[in-house]
Order: sequence, then C-alpha cells, then structure tokens
Amino acid sequence: MTTLSPINSSSEEKSEEQVVNEQEHGDHRLFGLAAFLVADGMTFAGFFAAYLTFKAVNPLLPDAIYELELPLPTLNTVLLLVSSATFHRAGQALRKDEAKLCQRWLLFTAGLGLAFLASQMVEYFTLPFGLTDNLYASTFYALTGFHGLHVTLGAIMILIVWWQARQPGGRITSENPFPLEAAELYWHFVDGIWVILFIILYLL
Amino acid sequence: MTTASQQTHQSSSGSLQPKGWLKYFSFSLDHKVIGLQYLVCGFIFYLIGGSLASAIRIELSSPMSDFMARDTYNQVLTLHGTIMIFLWIVPVVNGAFGNYLIPFYVGARDMAFPRLNAVAFWLIPPAGLMLITSYFITGAAESGWTAYPPLSITTPAAGQIIWILSVLLLGGSSIFGGINFIATILKLRRPGLKLMQLPMYCWAMLGTSILVVLSTPVLAGTLILLSFDIVAHTGFFNPTLGGNVIVYQHLFWFYSHPAVYIMVLPAFGLVSEILPVHCRKPLFGYSTMVYSIMAIVFLGLIVWAHHMFTSGTPPWMRLFFTIATSFIAVPTGIKFFNWVATLWGGRISLNSAVLFSCGFIANFVLGGITGVALAQVPFDIHVHDTYFVVAHFHYIVYGGSVFVIFSSIYHWYPKFTGRMLNEDLGRLHFLLTFLGFNLCFAPQHWLGLNGMPRRVAEYDPQFTFINQLSSIGALIMALSTLPFLWNVIQSAFKGAIAGDNPWEALTPEWLTTSPPPVENWTGMAPLVKEPYGYGIKEESIQIQSPDISDPENNKQ
Ligand SMILES: [Cu+2]
Repeated sequence: MTTLSPINSSSEEKSEEQVVNEQEHGDHRLFGLAAFLVADGMTFAGFFAAYLTFKAVNPLLPDAIYELELPLPTLNTVLLLVSSATFHRAGQALRKDEAKLCQRWLLFTAGLGLAFLASQMVEYFTLPFGLTDNLYASTFYALTGFHGLHVTLGAIMILIVWWQARQPGGRITSENPFPLEAAELYWHFVDGIWVILFIILYLL
Repeated sequence: MTTASQQTHQSSSGSLQPKGWLKYFSFSLDHKVIGLQYLVCGFIFYLIGGSLASAIRIELSSPMSDFMARDTYNQVLTLHGTIMIFLWIVPVVNGAFGNYLIPFYVGARDMAFPRLNAVAFWLIPPAGLMLITSYFITGAAESGWTAYPPLSITTPAAGQIIWILSVLLLGGSSIFGGINFIATILKLRRPGLKLMQLPMYCWAMLGTSILVVLSTPVLAGTLILLSFDIVAHTGFFNPTLGGNVIVYQHLFWFYSHPAVYIMVLPAFGLVSEILPVHCRKPLFGYSTMVYSIMAIVFLGLIVWAHHMFTSGTPPWMRLFFTIATSFIAVPTGIKFFNWVATLWGGRISLNSAVLFSCGFIANFVLGGITGVALAQVPFDIHVHDTYFVVAHFHYIVYGGSVFVIFSSIYHWYPKFTGRMLNEDLGRLHFLLTFLGFNLCFAPQHWLGLNGMPRRVAEYDPQFTFINQLSSIGALIMALSTLPFLWNVIQSAFKGAIAGDNPWEALTPEWLTTSPPPVENWTGMAPLVKEPYGYGIKEESIQIQSPDISDPENNKQ
C-alpha cells in the first residue's frame, strides 16, 4: 500500500486518484432524497388516480354530493406557497452567512406550516361529513390526511433545522447546508403536491 | 497511496463492527456483508416457502382436502406466494447480488448510502418473522398474495392486517434499496468509466430500481387504503359501501406487473454476466441489451391491466393492454437471441453455473411463449384463474429467476468464500431441479387448459393422475435442495481453494482477492472498460492500475 506502483507514480495518475477519492466522498444525499420524493410522489399519484376513478365511475347518491367551501382551502394554498418562498429566503440567507436572518425566515416558515395545519383542522371540524360517511368523504380525508401528515413531518423538520441553526458553532452553516437544503427540497415537494391536490379535490 | 481519507473511511465502517462470522449478525455497513446477509436470509425463507409448497402439493395429490383444512390451505397458499416473492426472489436477485456486485462494477468501495442499505436489509427479518408467526398466533392472511377485496376485507382481519404491515415493511426495504442502487450506479462510478462500459447487471439493476421507485409506492398507498377498509370500515374497495374493487386491482397490478420485472430483470443481468465468462466470448449485442432493458422498463409500466381481462375491463382497454403486452415480447426476444448468440460458437464449459443459466433460457422461453398467449384476450378468458396461469408464472419466476439465483451462487461462491463448490453435486442439483421443475409445472398447463381452477384445495377427480405427476415433480424439487445444501455447507470448510479468479473473468469483482478485503481493493479500483473482452487480444483490454504492489493480486 505504501509503495507507489509504477503506473500510479505519474502525476496524471495521482490526480486521477484524488478525483476517485472526491467521487467516493461526494455528497449524494440530496440526490437520494430527490429519488425518495419521486417514490413518495408516486404514492400520491396512486391516490389521485384512485380518487379520479372513483369520481368517474362511482357516482354518489344525490344526498352525498356536497359543494366544498373554497375560502379556507384557498387561504391554505396561499399559506403554503408563501412558506415555500420564505424557506427559499432562509436558504439564500444561509448561503450569505447571515445566520440570524436565516433563523428568522425558518421560524416564519414553520409558523406558516403550523398555521396551515390549524386551518386544515378548522376545515375538518366544520365539514358536514365524516371519514366513513361515503366513498367521497373517505377519499377526501385519505388524500388531505396523507398530505397533512407530510406537512406535520415537514413542520417538525423545519423546527429541528431552526433549533440546530441556533446552536453556536452549530451543525448548519454555509459549509454544511445539507439539513436545511433537504428540508427545503422536501417542503417544496409538499407544497407542490398541495397545489395538485387543491386543483383536483376542490376545483375539478 | 495510503491516504488519510482511505483510513477514515475504513475506520468509520469497520472499527465498531464485530469480526469473523459474527459480522453477519451485526448492523454491518459493508456492502459485501449486507449482500450475503440478504442471500442467506432469503435462502432460509426459500426453504420455508418451499416447505409450504410441498404441503400444497401433498394436499393436491388427492382430490379431497384431507391433508389440511380448507382455510389452512388458503393460509399456506398465501404465505407461500408472499414469502417466495417478497422474502426470497425480490431480496435475493436485487438485494443480495446487487449489493455484492454493483459497487465492484462501478468501481466504488461501498454503496452510496451504506447506513440506509443496512436499514433496508434489517427491515426484512422482522417483516418475515411477523408474517410467519401470524400463522401460529392469529391465523395468517387467507386471500392470496394479491389480497383482492372483497375477499381480503371479509376474511379474518388480524392475519390480513399483519400481512399488510409486513408487505409495507418489505416494500419500504425495496424502495430504500432501489434509491441506493440508482445513486450508486449514476453517482458513484469511478471517473473514466462510462455508462455504456458498465457490466450488464448494472443496467439491469438501474432499470429494476427505476421500476421499484416508481411502482412500489403505489402498492404501499393501496395497501394503506385497504387497511382503512379493514380497520376503520371505510368503503374504498367495499362495494356494499359504494366502493370499487376494480380500482384496487388497477393499483395493485400497477405494482405487481412491474414486480415480475423486478424479479426477472436482475436475473437477465446476472445471466449476461455468467454466460460470457464460461463460454469465453464477449456478450453479444451489448447496446441492444441495454435498450431492451429500458424498453422493458417502459413497457412494464403500461401493461398492468392484462391481469384484469375478466374484470369487466372495457374493450378498448383490453385492446390497448393486449397490444402493449405483446410488444414486450420484442425486447425480451432480443435478449434471448443475444444470449443464444453469446453461447454460439463459444468454448463453453458445461459447469453447474452454465447448466443453470441454460436451464433458465429454456424455461424462460416456454414461460415467455405462454405469456404472449395469455396476453391475448380470447385465450386469457379461457384459462384465467386456472392452473395454466400457475404454470406460466412459475416458469417465469422459478424457471427464470430461481434458476438464475442458483447459477449465480455457483458462479460467485468462489468469490464469496474463496473456495470452490463441488461440481458433481452441482450437476446432480441441476439435474434434479430441472427434471423436478418441469415434471411439476409442465403438466399444469394441461390441467389449466382443461379447466382446473387455481387456489382451491379440492378438485374434480378426473385431474387426479396429472396432479400426482405434478406432486412427484415437487418431491424431486424438494430433494434437489439436499445436494445443494450439503454442497454449500461442506465446501465452505473443505472446498478446493479457489484463488482470486478461478474463472479467469474480466469483470472487476474478480480483480481482487477472494473473499475481497473490506475496501474491495487494496489499491485503487481498476478501470475495466471492456468487461466482456474475452478472446480479444490481451493488450487491447484496458485494465488500468490493478494493485501491482500486492503480489497476491498480480495473477491476472
Ligand atoms: Cu403482468
């Protein structure tokens, strides 16, 4: 191991070895997360497909048809879209090494996420149907509930990232932005899913 | 060459790990250890699933249900299918050989995410144990591996819920593995190694992992909805509550048709590695092989409803899915002819690995032909849910995938252990497996064409003789396991020393010691640009910088 073989002794080969080492120790975690989000997105795609098929081939009885109120879900959409933008600002602040600003944007994002959840709860409690009332009701709660679970996880993740960013000499800096970037990618994904869900569930 | 980064890498993955055989029971991060964990764990489940298959064949040697009660038969049948698919073939063709070989093939020291890799493996034993113990505690699921509602909502709930939970765990394991393979193949390639220079198994695993990532989550979502129907009495798939069973079938087969390719594409890849080595010829038609794999991945995602021709599927849908399914015969046929062309005129050594690979080719052609037949609506309606279908998919998953698993074990055992397997026992194993398999399943085509329904413990007495023939085949298959087990166990201690490269192969896993060191190579990873350069002049084969300082490594 310690003796250099003749092939490797040229400077060209040595630099190649450095490249190999960099390659091996490169950070592919965001790539992995993106692949996972593709998988997660397919779960939603399955749910959407099920919902649309139910809607097309299983007409409900007239008394089960219910027009959803739009104001609250529209507010929810705005909350999530704004939170995507604020998270983006947090990432920008981190890259510029403005730690305080980054933390403030993170906290703001988490607040918007929690506001979304609260608003979703209000909607759940004011809806005139329950989980097992009919096929439409079940699918509505399955879709929004599965998405709400994602928002809950995301809000917890943001709060953890915020907590870590606050620690002095902390784990989240412009040199190690991975936890923040991962949470950001996940959060944009969850927001994107909501937009599709909003269109399919409330507007169609 | 002893760089600091190498040392940290070694200590991070090695220092806290137990040494010797104990490491196989640990949360090891070494891809080779994890690969063998998958292999041995999968084989134990194969023995359990095989025992259940024997129980099924014993029951079916007489028309009445006299060996076990009807609902026991249903449980045994469900467990057999679930174990063989989710705990044996999928984890072994993907997890076992994928983990062991892919880092070598891309020139890396481990997978992209070693910790996720270990998590993916350690999800499997608890899931399997949960599934099997449910039989003794609450009674296992009774609705077959497909868990079609309304059957799965009306049979006892506890067993079905445990079944769902373990399949969700296994699906999660599979997704984590798939993400890891994609990242390893695309991101961890040694610099200078192009995608089109990778050994074929990498392409097969890339295609398979794409299927895993795209389709497994749909199954997971569907099973979550199904569990809501069982536990919370929602009505997604319950017609009495306004639900729709057909939607379940669509979502289920959106995963479970690709699942066939998740089981068989890696097998294609493994055969493509084994054949060129033992007939000393380059793999025929490398690029057409790659395009075929990708075509199969694409087509595999849009043919699922061929499982539903009798589910009230509208004619336009039948037409589309018949045509799309028939198209799969094209890339599959290309692969078949490429293997035959690889064998053609080669200096073939007819050892156990090659015998099993050739057995695979023969069986798979028959399974493929019945597959194209089943894709045709009029024929499918005649034989749907009969033993013809049972015969067809066993020719694919057993005659295809399992034969390849055995072939691969004969081929890579020297690399795993540093010792050779006994060839005489290997040939005996092949002979018994090939005869037993064909005797067991070929007659079932006839049974199906004559209308014997599958999944039922009892049958019309006119089918008795053929069923007994099939059961004798199953008995021979069960016996064939004995020489194999004896061979792998005693060869591990007493087998002839293999040396680093007993087959004189060119793929990178052979350009190191047997078994390989923790870091795969003592020096830098070799750059293998022509993994199939057999019979080509020595100097044109580019293998750069194998570690010359290590005399043990200098034989190639
Ligand atoms: Cu299929």
